Amino acid sequence: MQFETIIGLEVHAQLLTESKMFCRCSAGYASADPNTHVCPVCLGLPGALPVINHGAVQATIMTGLALTCSIPEYSKFDRKNYIYPDLMKGYQISQYDLPLCGGGVLPLVIDGKRKDIGITRVHLEEDTARLVHRTANGETYSLVDVNRSGVPLMEIVSEPDMRSPEEARAYLMALRQILRYIGVSTANMEEGAFRCDANVSQRTLDGSVIGPKVEIKNMNSFRSVERALAFEVERQRKALRDGEALVQETRGWVEDQGITVSQRTKEFAHDYRYFPEPDLPPLVLDRAEVDGIQSRMAELPTARRDRFIEQYGLNEREAELLTVEREVADFFEVTVDGDSDRAREASNWITGEIFALMRDSGLELEDVKISPEQIRELIELVGEDTINNRTAKEVLVAVHETGKSPREIVEERGLAQVSDEAQLLAVVRSVVDEHPDAVTDYQNGKKAAIGFLIGQVMRQMRGTANPGVARSLLEQTLAERVTS
Amino acid sequence: MSELINRSAVELRDLLDNGEISAVDVLDAHLARVEAVEASVNAFITITDDVARAQAQAADQRIKNGTAGPMTGIPVGLKDILCTTDAPTTAGSKLLEGYRSPYDATVVKMLREQDALFIGKANTDEFAMGSSTEHSAYQFTSNPWKLDHVPGGSSGGSAAAVSAQEVSVSLGSDTGGSIRQPAGFCGVVGLKPTYGRVSRFGLIAFASSLDQIGPFARSVEDAALLLGAISGKDPNDATSVDTAIPDYRATLGGDLTGVRVGVAEEYQIDGMDSRVEESVKQAIGELEKLGAEIVPISLPHTEHALATYYIIAPAEASANLARFDGVKYGMSLAQDNLLDTYLQTRGKGFGPEVKRRIMLGTYALSSGYYDAYYVQAQKVRTLIKRDFDEAFQNVDVIAAPTSPTVSFQRGARSADPMQMYLSDVFTIPANMAGIPGIAVPCGFADGLPVSLQFMGRAFDEATVLRVAHAYEQNTEWHTSNPPLDAQISTAS
Repeated sequence: MQFETIIGLEVHAQLLTESKMFCRCSAGYASADPNTHVCPVCLGLPGALPVINHGAVQATIMTGLALTCSIPEYSKFDRKNYIYPDLMKGYQISQYDLPLCGGGVLPLVIDGKRKDIGITRVHLEEDTARLVHRTANGETYSLVDVNRSGVPLMEIVSEPDMRSPEEARAYLMALRQILRYIGVSTANMEEGAFRCDANVSQRTLDGSVIGPKVEIKNMNSFRSVERALAFEVERQRKALRDGEALVQETRGWVEDQGITVSQRTKEFAHDYRYFPEPDLPPLVLDRAEVDGIQSRMAELPTARRDRFIEQYGLNEREAELLTVEREVADFFEVTVDGDSDRAREASNWITGEIFALMRDSGLELEDVKISPEQIRELIELVGEDTINNRTAKEVLVAVHETGKSPREIVEERGLAQVSDEAQLLAVVRSVVDEHPDAVTDYQNGKKAAIGFLIGQVMRQMRGTANPGVARSLLEQTLAERVTS
Repeated sequence: MSELINRSAVELRDLLDNGEISAVDVLDAHLARVEAVEASVNAFITITDDVARAQAQAADQRIKNGTAGPMTGIPVGLKDILCTTDAPTTAGSKLLEGYRSPYDATVVKMLREQDALFIGKANTDEFAMGSSTEHSAYQFTSNPWKLDHVPGGSSGGSAAAVSAQEVSVSLGSDTGGSIRQPAGFCGVVGLKPTYGRVSRFGLIAFASSLDQIGPFARSVEDAALLLGAISGKDPNDATSVDTAIPDYRATLGGDLTGVRVGVAEEYQIDGMDSRVEESVKQAIGELEKLGAEIVPISLPHTEHALATYYIIAPAEASANLARFDGVKYGMSLAQDNLLDTYLQTRGKGFGPEVKRRIMLGTYALSSGYYDAYYVQAQKVRTLIKRDFDEAFQNVDVIAAPTSPTVSFQRGARSADPMQMYLSDVFTIPANMAGIPGIAVPCGFADGLPVSLQFMGRAFDEATVLRVAHAYEQNTEWHTSNPPLDAQISTAS
């Protein structure tokens, strides 16, 4: 039997709003003590009522627009009823049949080919409190931290369009990139701001066997999504091949064992008893408001990549590298500062030296103490022959270490390039005198030997010699030596 | 000073502002009345005399400073389903025994800011579910007119406290008639404002799309005074509406010339007390004499209102009451595991009527039944609303009985929930449509008050109050007080 894998993903992304979804509590609780960002509303106290945070509605619509979703004129919130200690009201305010965003598309590039993943819907809801399970003296107990309760949570549901764990991972990466680009979420998976559940099933290519849909939960990194799905694909295929019963169920990924285990079968599925939230008026989405959100939306990564190629004459690989993160793309464009002639150099500096610096130091771009203006200054210093490329690299490291400007460093350390012929000629002559072997090589036709001699000039000048001037003086001197 | 309990809130307002009496005098008179009658009436779950004492002193200072508001120094009862920081809020349930809210309901905050005098937290059917206040987990409240009769419900404590002159005015909540029906049973004025007129923030929710807070008073003018003090858009309640608030008291007065009063044939039903029917008929005649034009109208979907209500209200309640799980606040019967904690706490904490409605609502929302019950009920609700919209194209107010019967003896309907539910058959439609309704006394039957209801256009409380006021001022029904002293002395 030849199987095809069918994968659909549900992503929950916390929104980067200042306050929570339905109250004025701060949504930024990451480093806060437990239960300090709480009020009667997010605690679900008797008598408290929700009020919609329109910033969250706008962020969700922006996400929908980024995914080319349709935005309806009318939307509403619903109550999703279930009881659990992390759910303060005994129901979650969510959206059922009229989500904020309808169908859309997320285009991927897989093995150089474009593949569109359908987006079923994007809706808005509230996050739950966080449970912490502890054991002390052999007794287990649980603590509830309500800080997370009521944080705006956006759910993005894909169509079952992915055919492999690798595609699933690519989809998640692309989605995260978009959310970060438009600034609606940190989309940080390790911190729980970006969570993924997967629905995976198998079918034979001829359609004769269609396996049941299994939902996988508990995957806390991109890597674990890929691993869990790969495990599940094999588990399901083996069961189907061996004629074992496969059931529709929810399974949890156990990271340290690398397996999925059954959590809940279909018979025990919840009946959430959805009904319209009577405490909140329906949302009427004004066209002008939606257009306004569209106009405020940052340029998306694919569009920006294409523009970089077009506008700055970059090749595809460079453009790709520069647009993976919005911060890098912004850094690049500030460096270029509207002067396309600078683009080539800017790209080289960023994808070369800056990336290397980030890789070696393990820092994010925002933590590297080099500004786009400083890179621009560096490019100018090279362009006006004040320093050469080799010195420029040295200066860059010094800028990162000291925070001083490139010009300051060049001045302080006397790194300005020497083009003065008289000064250089003295050095050239001494080098020629000291390396008769290289001179002989050169004169015997091994022209490459001049590179060695230029290197020696540079060494004596601590890198500050103007390489062009040094080369012509060397050539002159060597020619003179032959004739003499 | 004991005569101060006979004064209306607006009279007290004048006396206080003129410096003829102090808020402390007002308080003392009412606390003395509470002392004298409360053991027989049992209107309050908690008496907050200490709170009221501090408020009276602050009120006197406020009056002296010239910063008094309309409710400064006026004794008020609060239904014990309104959250208050300085007294327990029980919602009439064992599950919330001793529960202390960390915040005040918006209406409470508004009155507190004026230094109204909070006399106590008034008894209620558990979570406002009931029509006799017999479903309170704490006590039976008596009807001041006949102590072995019920005060109506669910805001029975708030109605009885006003009727027994323990307070000048009080606040209740009305989901299907819980202000108007007990007002009618106790012979006082009760107003359910338009849905969205008064903030629900801090009202422990029964059915969120129907609940509305409103005043009880012994006169229409007092009800107008209190309504003005609690109305308005609240940023904490997304369903409250930002619309102009008229000076309700100022709109009162004048006759009914040019006023069109609708009378719907659907408000005469089988099993109705003929004495109620007769009183209401006479009242309508009175309106005509006052210049009103009586217009026969039809509200064809009225007969489905009760059934519709008993889908929608329990459905919403089943979700609203889910938070009471014994984990976070209130009663907690902690067991070895979570499920048992839930089952024990909710099993022992909720009374039978509350459980009945949670089950009804859960069922109506369940997969496979949702369309047949909840969705269908919402459609009928729309039709009921449309009935009123059409009627109000031709009339300014609609007159109807408040309830099909007068008060009944305690226990008389306890065994039959359907009989109890029928008490609200004339009040439920206004909740379904979100429109205002007021109950005013219009007669007596064997010493028990009969009540007339006026319903009006959404946010047109002013017209409803004006018509009710004209009727009241031209009849004597509101002037008599219950024979409470006689009943108490007979009993002792």
